[in-house]
Amino acid sequence: MAVTLRVNGRSVTVDVPADMPLLWVLRDVLDLKGTKFGCGVAQCGACTVHVNGAATRSCVLPATAAQGADVVTIEGLSGDGSHPLQRAWQELDVAQCGYCQAGQLMSAAALLARTPRPSDADIDAAMNGNLCRCATYLRIRQGIHRAAAIAADGAGAGAGARNGRSGDSNL
Amino acid sequence: MDTTVQVSRRRFLHVSAIVGGGLVFGFRIGSPESLAAADLLGGTTTADFVPNAFIRMMPDGIVTIMAQNPEIGQGVKTMLPMIIADELDVDWKDVRVEQAPLDTTKYTGQFAGGSNATPSHWMPMRRAGAAARSMLVAAAAQQWNVPVSQCTTASGVVHHRASNRRLPYRDLLDRAATIPAPDPATVPLKDPGEFRIIGTRVPNVDNPAIVTGKPLFGIDLTMPGMLHAVFEKCPVFGGKVASANLDEVRAQPGVRHAFVVEGGTALNGLLGGVAIVADTWWAARTARQRLRVTWDEGPTVQQSSAGFASQAEALSRQAPQRTLRGDGDVAAALGGAANVVEAAYHYPFLAHAPLEPQNCTAHYRDGKLEIWAPSQTPQSGRQLVARTLEMDESDITINLMRMGGGFGRRLYNDYMVEVAWIAKQIGVPVKLVWTREDDMQHDFYRPAGWHYLRGGVDAAGRIVGWQNHFVSFGEGDRFASSAAISPSEFPARFLANFSLGASVMSFGVPTGALRAPGSNGIAFVTQSFIDELAHSAGKDPVQFRLDLLGGAQEGAAFNADRMRGVLELVAERSGWGRQRHPRGTGMGVAFHFSHRGYFAEVAQVTVSPDGALKIDKVWVAGDVGRQIINPLNAEHNVQGGVLDGIAEALSQEITIERGRTVQSNFHDFRLMRMTEAMPVEVHFRITDFDPTGLGEPALPPAIPAVTNAIFAATGKRIRTLPISKTDLSWS
Repeated sequence: MAVTLRVNGRSVTVDVPADMPLLWVLRDVLDLKGTKFGCGVAQCGACTVHVNGAATRSCVLPATAAQGADVVTIEGLSGDGSHPLQRAWQELDVAQCGYCQAGQLMSAAALLARTPRPSDADIDAAMNGNLCRCATYLRIRQGIHRAAAIAADGAGAGAGARNGRSGDSNL
Repeated sequence: MDTTVQVSRRRFLHVSAIVGGGLVFGFRIGSPESLAAADLLGGTTTADFVPNAFIRMMPDGIVTIMAQNPEIGQGVKTMLPMIIADELDVDWKDVRVEQAPLDTTKYTGQFAGGSNATPSHWMPMRRAGAAARSMLVAAAAQQWNVPVSQCTTASGVVHHRASNRRLPYRDLLDRAATIPAPDPATVPLKDPGEFRIIGTRVPNVDNPAIVTGKPLFGIDLTMPGMLHAVFEKCPVFGGKVASANLDEVRAQPGVRHAFVVEGGTALNGLLGGVAIVADTWWAARTARQRLRVTWDEGPTVQQSSAGFASQAEALSRQAPQRTLRGDGDVAAALGGAANVVEAAYHYPFLAHAPLEPQNCTAHYRDGKLEIWAPSQTPQSGRQLVARTLEMDESDITINLMRMGGGFGRRLYNDYMVEVAWIAKQIGVPVKLVWTREDDMQHDFYRPAGWHYLRGGVDAAGRIVGWQNHFVSFGEGDRFASSAAISPSEFPARFLANFSLGASVMSFGVPTGALRAPGSNGIAFVTQSFIDELAHSAGKDPVQFRLDLLGGAQEGAAFNADRMRGVLELVAERSGWGRQRHPRGTGMGVAFHFSHRGYFAEVAQVTVSPDGALKIDKVWVAGDVGRQIINPLNAEHNVQGGVLDGIAEALSQEITIERGRTVQSNFHDFRLMRMTEAMPVEVHFRITDFDPTGLGEPALPPAIPAVTNAIFAATGKRIRTLPISKTDLSWS
C-alpha cells in the first residue's frame, strides 16, 4: 500500500506491504543503508531513527504506522558529518566495528535534543537500549559529553567538556 | 592508449625486480596478476608510481595504501597502512586507505584471526614502505647527481642537506619508476626513534563513513538487478529436508525462487535447507513465515546440554581416557600435602553474536562467481565454495567487506557457501541475509568444558601438586574444533608434580573459535583454582602467583619474567593490598598468556547483601613487546576484550535441547549494556620483544579477575559460568 513519509526532509511515497517495517523501507526501497538490521525485535537498537523527533526502533515499526511522519536517519543527521555527535565520535574514535554506531548516534541525538547537557544517569537511561557488541560504551558516554560541550561552544556558551565515566590510560 | 599500457607494463617490470620471487610483494614478472594489480589500484596512468601491491602514489601527492586484511573492528585496516606509511615517510594526512580484495598472488595471510596481523605483517609492511621510499630517494639522488647516502626524507620530501635542495615525492614518481628496486630483505628500515606515525594515536580510517551512515558493511551492498535471499536450515544441526511446501511459498508476493538445497553432512560445509529468493528481503522473510518443512533431523536430535553434563559427571568418576601430560608424582605429592583442594569447574557453550547478522552477496554468470564477503578467512571460504560447487578457485573472485564484528564467527564460511550455491542456481546477483535467530541457532559455538581439579599446598603455602581431568568433546584422540587443551597449558612446567588428562564425548554440535579460543574458558578455571589454593594456603593471591611464576622450568610455555612484570605492574596500579575493603567489596587478580600476549588484570567488585553484583573497575597490564603500533586502537581492543569477557561471564549461555539451540535473540542471550560497562584502565609494559597482537589476549584473565573478586567480596567461589547461575547474596 502507498505510504507517504518525510525522510530527511524530503517527501517520499512508497508502495510497500502493510507490515513492512520502516527499517526495510529505508534500506531496500529508499536505499538508505545507514540504518542497520541487528535483531528484528527491538532488542539491540541498531535500527534507531527519529520518528517525529523521537528515537524509534525502525525494525518493529510498520512503515504504514509512520504515514505522514517526519523520519530522520543517520544520513539526515547532517549532510557532512558536522553534527556535534559525529564530530565527537570521530575525535574520540568511538567506533570499533562501527555497525551499531548509527543507532547509537540517533539515540544520542534524540537525547541531546531534549537534554543538551545530560548527566551520566541521563545517558544511561537514553542509551541502555542500544547494544554495542564491541563494548565501546565507555567512549559512547564520553562522546555524548563531548558533543554536548561542542554544541555548547557552538552556541556561544563556551563550556569545556565534562568528563564522563571513562577508561583511563597511560597512553 | 598504447603508450599508457607500455609504460604500465614497464613499471611492473621494475616492480618485479623488487620481488626477487619473494613472498613480500608476490608479483610475477609480466604476469596477468601484476597487470590486474593496476586495475585493482584503480588503473595506472603514466604519472602514477606503483612500487608494489600496497602503494600507489599520484602526482597530486596523494598516496593510496592497500589494506590487505579483513576488518572486523580490530583496527587492522588502519594499522597495517600506518606501518607502510611510516616507513615510506609520508604524512598520514596524505594517505588514502583502500581495502584489497582476496588475492593470493599478491598478498599473504589475508585473514583475521589469532591476533596474528601484528606478528605476521609488522616486518613485511615496514619493508613494503621502505622499499618504495628507497626508490624515491634513489630517484632524487640521481636527479641531483649526489650519493643516496646524503639524502634524507621527511613528510614525503627528499632532502639533500649539503646543497639544501628538496624534492617532494610527487615530483619524483616518473624517475622512481625507472629505479631498480631493492631487495626487501635488506632494504634499510627506520630506527624506531624515527617513527612518526607508528606509536601515535590514529583514528579508524572508516570513521567518516561510519558516523554518516555510508554503505560500508557486507549487508549494505547492493547492485542493479540484485535479489534477496533467506535460507532455512534444520534446527537440528545437519538435518535434511524431507519435504517442503515450496509451491505455496513460491506463490507469495515478491518471491522469485524457492528450492531445496540438499547439502552435505559436514557441519562446517553447506547444510541442507530451503532457499527463498525474492525482490526484497522483507518479501523473502515474509514468505519464509509460510514455509512448512518436514525435516529428517538425524541422530543428534537426542543430544542436550543436560545430557552432556551428566555424561561429563560420569566420565569424571573414571580415569581420563588419555593422559596429555604427567610430570613427577602427583598422587604422592597430594598425599603429603598440608591442604588438598578439590573442585569441579564448568563453562557453557557460547554464541559469537556479532551485531551484523551473517550475510554475503554473490553473482554467478558464465561459469564465474564473484562474491562480496564479510569473512575473516576469505581464502578458506573460496576453497569451500570451489569444493562444494565443483568450480576452480581461479573462477571465483572474492571482495572483502568491512564486518560488523567477527569474534571468530566469520572464520567459518557457511553463509558464503550458501549464497554461492543459491547464486549458481539463479544466475543473477543475490544477497543472503540471515535473521538474528538464524545466527544464534546456527553458530559455531564456543564448546562447553568441564574440569575436575585436585591441588595441594604444603605447610609453607607452596603448590606441591596439580591434577586436572578435562572433559570435553571430540572423537577418540581428537578434540572437536576449539575444544582442545594444550599439554603445555599453564601451570605445566611450573610445577614438579603435574598431570593433565582428558576425556571426550562425541557429539554433533558445530563448535569453533570464539575470541581467545580455549583460553576464554581455561583461564577462568586455572586462575580460579590458583586462587582457591592461595586462600587455602593463607597467602596473598598476587604473591602466591609471583611465587608460582618463580618455579618456571625448562620448556615452560611462556616467559615467566614478562608475566611477573605485568602482574607486578597491575598490582601497583590497582593499589592491590593497600586498602581494606568492607564486606561486600573485594579485589581479584588473574593473569593469562595467549596469542603471544602477557596480561594480568585486577577487578574490584561490590556485591550487595541481596546479591546484586556491580563491577567497579578493572585494571589491566599488558605486555605485547616493544612497540604499540596504534595506542588509540590498542586501548580500544584491550577495553573491548575485557568487557567482552565479562559480558560472557555475567550471563551468557547457549543451551542445547532436543538437538537444537534454545536461545534465539538478545532477550535470552544477553550482551553487555551501557549500565554494566565499568571503567577499564589500561597499561602497557614495553619490553624488548617483537610486537604481537591485541585482539584477544586481554580477554581471558578478565573473567577470573572478576570471579576471584567476588570471592574476596562475599566468600562465594564461582565454579560454574555464567555467574548469574550463582546466588551471590550474603549476610
